[in-house]
Amino acid sequence: MASNKTKAKESFLSKPAVQSILAALLCIVLGLLLGYIALLIIEPKGATEAIITILKNYFTYPTKAAAMKYLGNTLVKAAPLLMCALSIQFCYQAGLFNIGAAGQYVAGAGAALFCALKLGLPWIICLLAAFVAGGLFGIIVGFLKSYLNVNEVISGIMLNWIGLYSVNMLLSGVKETASPYTVSVASVNPSAILPSLGMEKLFSNNKYVTIAIPLAILIAILLKVVLSKTVFGYEIKATGMAKDAARYSGMKEKRNVIITLFIGGALAGLGAAFLFLTGYEQWSVTQSSVPSMGFNGIAASFLGGLDPIGTIFASYFIQHITSGGSYLDKNIYPSQISDFISAIIIYLCGFVLFFKLYLNGYLRKLKEKEKEEGGKK
Amino acid sequence: MVLLLQYTLLFASVLILVALGGCFSEHSGVINLGLEGIMVIGALGGALTLKYLSSDAPAFLIVLAVIIASTICGVLYSVLLAFACINLKADQTLVGTALNMLAAAAATVIVKSINMAENPDNVSSTVQYVNTKKALVMNIGSFQFNWFMLVALLALIMAYVVLYKTRFGLRLMACGEHPQAADSVGINVYTMRWAGVLISGMLGGIGGIVYITAGVSEWKFEVGVAGFGFLALAVMIFGQWKPLNIGLAALLFGFFRALSNVYSGFDFLAALNIPGSVYNMMPYIISLIVLAFTSSNSRAPKAEGIPYDKGSR
Repeated sequence: MASNKTKAKESFLSKPAVQSILAALLCIVLGLLLGYIALLIIEPKGATEAIITILKNYFTYPTKAAAMKYLGNTLVKAAPLLMCALSIQFCYQAGLFNIGAAGQYVAGAGAALFCALKLGLPWIICLLAAFVAGGLFGIIVGFLKSYLNVNEVISGIMLNWIGLYSVNMLLSGVKETASPYTVSVASVNPSAILPSLGMEKLFSNNKYVTIAIPLAILIAILLKVVLSKTVFGYEIKATGMAKDAARYSGMKEKRNVIITLFIGGALAGLGAAFLFLTGYEQWSVTQSSVPSMGFNGIAASFLGGLDPIGTIFASYFIQHITSGGSYLDKNIYPSQISDFISAIIIYLCGFVLFFKLYLNGYLRKLKEKEKEEGGKK
Repeated sequence: MVLLLQYTLLFASVLILVALGGCFSEHSGVINLGLEGIMVIGALGGALTLKYLSSDAPAFLIVLAVIIASTICGVLYSVLLAFACINLKADQTLVGTALNMLAAAAATVIVKSINMAENPDNVSSTVQYVNTKKALVMNIGSFQFNWFMLVALLALIMAYVVLYKTRFGLRLMACGEHPQAADSVGINVYTMRWAGVLISGMLGGIGGIVYITAGVSEWKFEVGVAGFGFLALAVMIFGQWKPLNIGLAALLFGFFRALSNVYSGFDFLAALNIPGSVYNMMPYIISLIVLAFTSSNSRAPKAEGIPYDKGSR
């Protein structure tokens, strides 16, 4: 009876999906713990309350209507984060670390806002422009990687900064006269605002809730299908696991690298459009650091176990604590404590492989021990 | 013109220090993408030392204290990379990136909490070191000599000697080229890789404080070091992982970085009326072009980026 139970436990624990979820939960718990310790060091007196505030995020609002409204806000920002995470996750399948997602996101924001504000185009064209702009940034990285052997991380970082300064220049023509921010999309060109299809009603009339949120989730599911059910997805994964073997078996690995980065870039670019075309945020043309959305995407994709579906939940979680950080008492705790927790979570994700090896080794040992005992009987 | 020379040398010093750090780490076989983060933490240690030291202290002592503080911070922070990548065989790209993000977030949190403890209304992430910073420089005519330029030069010479003329350096490089072969003749690959990463932490940490004291007397830690750690990696690749070539590459990149600081001082450049953003972009564009031309026959250490596993062959 008892051995049956352990056997069930073993087979449960040896499932890769279960291991990924366990590893992710472990990373989250440890990340939160270290964040809590940091809060304790800063000011022990409200630390417990502070970490609860981060975790509660919009639940701090007493009424259900207000909570729903701010849940909407968290979702509005989780959608672009999910897109960036998917971009990184997709490229990672081909063995490419797309840190350039941050720059592709910036390119997408520039293209979407330029089309919306300067050219007055409708939202569907703006989305398409962001898709292409992000994709082009990805293609540059892909071309440099496959034909000139340039490390994609370094070229990605360089393009992040080139993108930031270019977009600042591009959008300085459509900024408000008195502030560094671009003019509001809703007031200049309402046709560029993404349609809501009545979803705003669900979130206490939060007008920023648009089709971007379901679209992002649909794209995640689509990617899952592409990766696991199509020849193209198989080729990408094969290229990622063994480049030379992939070439040997007749796959065009150079072309695949470029296409992968085009799709990755396009996803990040689309993510930017998903945020800026809701009107939730305006672009500041004087910003001197690359938006953190692309980098947080790294956290979300690795926390999600590099699986599109897992990434959906991980993106929501990362955005949840990031939004939660903004409710901290700003005179005691810096809101960047959330970034600190996300960064620790990514660092811990580096250990996931080790964790899985260890767990599998432990399970194997358990099995052997059982066999030995069975033999004795 | 003197100003341009001064900034070129200053930024070249930063790039030399950090690129040499990357060079040591990669020769031992570990890709250190966390240099950017190491710079931030080193800069934080140095900046806080400058903030709390009295400006009456002798200049030599201030320079020494700052270098020691930055070194310690950089080395301690690089332990996180060494432990994860060497002992736990984690993905080096992922850990490096995590360290960059962690450094920016941690530095911001630390500086903000210090500022808020001093004055509850001050929620900025800026550290000021106006007075003590004067100890770092010496005026020779109109040229402002910075002691860190000398440090960078010494580091360059020492790196050359250590890598090519000592037993330690040659063994270190063996671990990056063919760790199994190195192990077979009794070199402890793990120790050598730890040494390589810790040296990169030291040089990266010093590079960080040089960068944030170049031309300014306060630093906003929210912005990190603006991709300078990655520029240094580009310098390292352009310099083909060789110290002397790195020195020359750093001068070239330093020049373009300096231009963005001083272009408005030149009449003919100001007359061209090019927006400042273009000058800001310049070092990144140049490095992308340079990388495109130099990467295809790269002399990268053969085993870099691959965790060493005694059991594999």
